[in-house]
Amino acid sequence: MRLRRQLTDIAASLFALAATVFGLTWLVWILWTTVVEGAAAISPALFTEMTPPPGSSGGLLNAFYGSAVMVLLALAIGTPLGIAAGTYLAEHGRHSRLAATVSFLNDILLSAPSIVIGLFVYELVVRPAGHFSGFAGALALAMILLPIVVRTTDEALRLVPNQMREAAFALGMPAWRVTSRIIYKSALSGIVTGVLLGLARIAGETAPLLFTALNNQFWSASMAQPLANVPVVIFQYAMSPYDEWHALAWAGALVLTIFVLGLNLMVRFFARKGSK
Amino acid sequence: MSPSPPAAPTSGAGADRLFGLVTAGAAWLVLLVLGGAAASMAWGGRLAFEAFGLGFITSRDWDAVSGKFGALVPIYGTLATSIIALVIAVPVSIGIALILTDIAPRWLRAPIGTAVELLAAIPSIIYGMWGLFVFAPFMAAHVEPWLSDTLGPLPVIGTLFTGPPIGIGLLTASIVLGIMIIPFITAVARDVFNAVPTSLREAAVALGSTRWEILSRVTLPYTRSAIIGAIFLGLGRALGETMAVTFVLGNAHDLSASLLMPSNSIAAAIANEFTEADSDLYRSSLIALAFLLFVVTFLVLAAAKLMLMRIGRTHGRTH
Repeated sequence: MRLRRQLTDIAASLFALAATVFGLTWLVWILWTTVVEGAAAISPALFTEMTPPPGSSGGLLNAFYGSAVMVLLALAIGTPLGIAAGTYLAEHGRHSRLAATVSFLNDILLSAPSIVIGLFVYELVVRPAGHFSGFAGALALAMILLPIVVRTTDEALRLVPNQMREAAFALGMPAWRVTSRIIYKSALSGIVTGVLLGLARIAGETAPLLFTALNNQFWSASMAQPLANVPVVIFQYAMSPYDEWHALAWAGALVLTIFVLGLNLMVRFFARKGSK
Repeated sequence: MSPSPPAAPTSGAGADRLFGLVTAGAAWLVLLVLGGAAASMAWGGRLAFEAFGLGFITSRDWDAVSGKFGALVPIYGTLATSIIALVIAVPVSIGIALILTDIAPRWLRAPIGTAVELLAAIPSIIYGMWGLFVFAPFMAAHVEPWLSDTLGPLPVIGTLFTGPPIGIGLLTASIVLGIMIIPFITAVARDVFNAVPTSLREAAVALGSTRWEILSRVTLPYTRSAIIGAIFLGLGRALGETMAVTFVLGNAHDLSASLLMPSNSIAAAIANEFTEADSDLYRSSLIALAFLLFVVTFLVLAAAKLMLMRIGRTHGRTH
């Protein structure tokens, strides 16, 4: 009996260990593939030339540009709105029914299929305008960013000790100045962490861009036109039958992975350092 | 429970009102995005719902040429891949959470935890590419021939594993999905395991419980509703995952009992076909699919959230 209990225990521990090895194997395998295939395809032309027609070589300059512009515009839209909504949840609307409802539904929006957001923006912007556009892509990304910033802002603000609020109110400060001058300052690192993690998330989003920004083989700086972007180029090139396009897709995948994982690691490193 | 901030003094009341209105307006915006997405999917899909009625869900015809659209195959593919993904991901996630909270030495926990979180950070398009170029050929060469040789001849479950080993199909997509949702389930499981009161664990240890007995008789019963919530959260993610599945599922509108055959999912069908849809009815059918997906994931995620709230996680993370 005692032996059986011990054996069960050992088996359970071994299973947990095997599960961890199983989980981490994929991480290593995926990263390894991306690095090997991507490094073989990376060249200076990647950052200086445009996406090529089928069967010839080129770069991803227009895609990098388009992604950067859309992601930055999405940040410019989503960050202030997300911080404001997060402020409502944690400060001004705390205990209100609206805050409870928004808090609940925000978490659902956070995990909702991003492809639905893409279709929503298609119906909202692309169909009335009659064509795909970089602006629509940025709007879709902003909608994906919004719930991330709301949640992390809410959590960061709740970590601020209440004594700070009480002290500020005791000095006669109005609530909006307490929030903007005191609370935001002490929660700043948490809010920035959330925005950067959101940035990492939207940089790799593909599905919502398929129906909004689509793609553009040529150089275009106009937000009103279809705009090339890294994820959709990777998708279209990887699905194509051309070796040159596959190579470019891997190169794009490597750059994207380095950006996203690098940002994640950096944020975690600084967040950990800040919390000590 | 901390007390709410005291009421603002009268000075600056106008600015306070404005600040309150702006933040409340931003909060409303969250509801607007969610409600707007639901409403626009329902509106955009009305043509399909009007034309096919309930048959939209029960028919397996998906024929753009004759204008007949039935969503049975993508619905089946979505459910099948998500459920198999859960079967893979749930035990693995609980195992990893156990390592992270109990078994691994302390200095090793943070690196393992970060590594698992990175698995969630990898963009799904990268999963898809890796799945298409590396994992599907691997499945076709090593795993699927073995499966159809050993399990194929068996009665009943054999039908799940028949067919040519082409690598692209339900099983490959399910495994990739499973890998993708491991970090989400693990993160919640780790948090709730950590939230089990130390006194309970100490009491179990004092009674001479082994680690497995603590897990199966104390930790899991105590955290049951949160673990179910975590599983639902993973399910919600799996149902809506698009890019990775699009790459490895094969975009075939055939209903097949075999897990080795290509199939389709709601999200993959939309991603593959939406920009090529050449009639209003076709486009509307795809949006109607998105509406179904949205409703189902909403319900699943709402259930997840309710179950996670029951355990009263105060320090939990949401992603």
